[in-house]
Amino acid sequence: MKNSMVISKTSMKAWIEHLGKDFRLIGPKPFQDRYVFGEFHDAAEIDLNYPAAMLPLKKILLPQREDLIAFGKTNGKAEPVLENRPTIVLGAHTCDLHAIASLDHAFLEGYIDQHYRSRREHTLWISLECLEPCSEHAFCKDMGTLVTPDKFDLHLTDLGDDYVIDIGSERGAALLHGFDAVREAGEDDYRQFDQVMSQKWSCFPYRLEVDFTDIPRLLATNYRSVLWDELGERCLGCGACTLVCPTCFCFNVIDEVDFSLHEGKRYRTWDSCQLNEFALVAGGHDFRPSRAERLRHRFFHKYKNQVATSGLAACVGCGRCAEACIANITPMEVLNSLHRRRVASARHKQEASPQ
Amino acid sequence: MIAAQTSMLEAASIYLPLEARILDVRPLTQLEKLYTIALPEGMSLNHRPGQFVEVSLFGIGEAPISICSSPSQSGNTFQLCVRRVGELTSALHRLEPGDSIGIRGPFGNGFPIERFRGKDMLFAPGGLGLAPARSLINQVLDERGFFGRVIILYGARHPSELLFTEELSKWEKRDDVELHVTVDRPDDNWKGNVGVITTLFQKIQVDAPNTIAVTVGPPVMYRFVLVELLGLGKGIREGNIWLSLERRMKCGVGKCGHCQMNHIYTCLDGPCFSYAQIRHVEEALS
Repeated sequence: MKNSMVISKTSMKAWIEHLGKDFRLIGPKPFQDRYVFGEFHDAAEIDLNYPAAMLPLKKILLPQREDLIAFGKTNGKAEPVLENRPTIVLGAHTCDLHAIASLDHAFLEGYIDQHYRSRREHTLWISLECLEPCSEHAFCKDMGTLVTPDKFDLHLTDLGDDYVIDIGSERGAALLHGFDAVREAGEDDYRQFDQVMSQKWSCFPYRLEVDFTDIPRLLATNYRSVLWDELGERCLGCGACTLVCPTCFCFNVIDEVDFSLHEGKRYRTWDSCQLNEFALVAGGHDFRPSRAERLRHRFFHKYKNQVATSGLAACVGCGRCAEACIANITPMEVLNSLHRRRVASARHKQEASPQ
Repeated sequence: MIAAQTSMLEAASIYLPLEARILDVRPLTQLEKLYTIALPEGMSLNHRPGQFVEVSLFGIGEAPISICSSPSQSGNTFQLCVRRVGELTSALHRLEPGDSIGIRGPFGNGFPIERFRGKDMLFAPGGLGLAPARSLINQVLDERGFFGRVIILYGARHPSELLFTEELSKWEKRDDVELHVTVDRPDDNWKGNVGVITTLFQKIQVDAPNTIAVTVGPPVMYRFVLVELLGLGKGIREGNIWLSLERRMKCGVGKCGHCQMNHIYTCLDGPCFSYAQIRHVEEALS
């Protein structure tokens, strides 16, 4: 935290103007009674004191629709489409930054996805320290995502009248060059920073009754739990949970020919493992025909299988899926139910066994 | 695999297909056609038996199709057997020699043929499963001296649905290949076996510890064929039974998520697995 800079809130407008000269700016904008990440040009368009945005930042790196190949039907043209506009995302919460680590694993490990990489390399992150819960469904403290990961270029902490700026990369430091209204942090700033930081932890509740490092084991012994069938009865199979999830990356690829019938685009679009026919093959076999199986697949992928392959849970505790679920199925309910049943069953066995 | 990855890494996009050319189209049945395809500039596909490619037609779409020619017989061409089941495959069926198609790959792991050498080979493909199995069968036959017995049990629903009938009769004539073919429903001219593929197992004796079994077919077939191959049947070890799993491998490169089985990406870690590798993978065979 040493070598931090300080910017006063009154200078933010000028700084944003400064940044906007060279970058496309994305930030949290009020939209109806919610917030969305969107392009902005003026500080007045955004509100950094915002609750969780409706859609997560994957929409910047993996847009709902992303053109992959531009093709010609008759002239043999086939060119990759790569997005390379220099972009700054301002105001990312720490959980959303953790989600970027998860997306990086999906798209930059093994075969490198050049479309994702191009967006990733051209995007800078000015993240924001979370000082109070932003959603009644958030369980970031349980998932260990309440602390910023080292993915940011600059990281802001709100000290009331000022932001302390933590510098995470050379590209981040360059965003402060030539802007006079920032100053180096002094002893008072650091003292105030420590105070704000140490006060924040008690504001966030724990919501899981099971430690998150124990979740893979909890799931491993519960593949055949009746809970999945119970949840499958309630689940509507709408896929809203995966669409709003900051780490869900599954996509479908579709060809679209324009009105000339000569040119077209091959694009990808968000898909969902919760939708019917996601695992259907050409031969007609559907490998997850029931909602219970699809819902279980989602939980196993998020909290067990991806942990096995990447070391990271594919959940950052943002609570968006809980907020979006019309059937009120939440990760807290699912994981806590499994845990409670495990405890009850262990107690039952203990009582039943002879002394 | 390594050659493929090198060329993929050089590409500007892992989703960009190469423009390949159809050299030959041959109908095999009412539903299946056999395509002989050449990559541009004399490039070799460099595949392993059991691998697949993503075949695409711009404006229609892309689908994974297993390579049915053996590397030993491929040279600068390779073959795909395409069943007409959907929009893309119907469009493929309208193509003729000289037409171009998009190819990405080869993808997947393929069968570890070098580990099969010195063993007896028992092939049990069902229906369209003969296509991927054929890439391995022909490789084995072209390296015949490296293998012990070669037994092929092939089942189809109806005589009219038998694939590669010319090759079947060639294999039939060889004295170093034991071929048994069956159909579920015979027609008036059928003189061979009648019944599902499992009925063929009683016709053969195997030296179980020295046998590699390779079975390719739909999930329901695996359930019954495995019973014949495992302890209560021929007694072949789980690690010596190989399967190729069908999944919706939309991207082929482990990104799109459609072919996940638990922690496994079928398109990267498969589609070829030993039974020992997948018997504890809950979603593999259900």
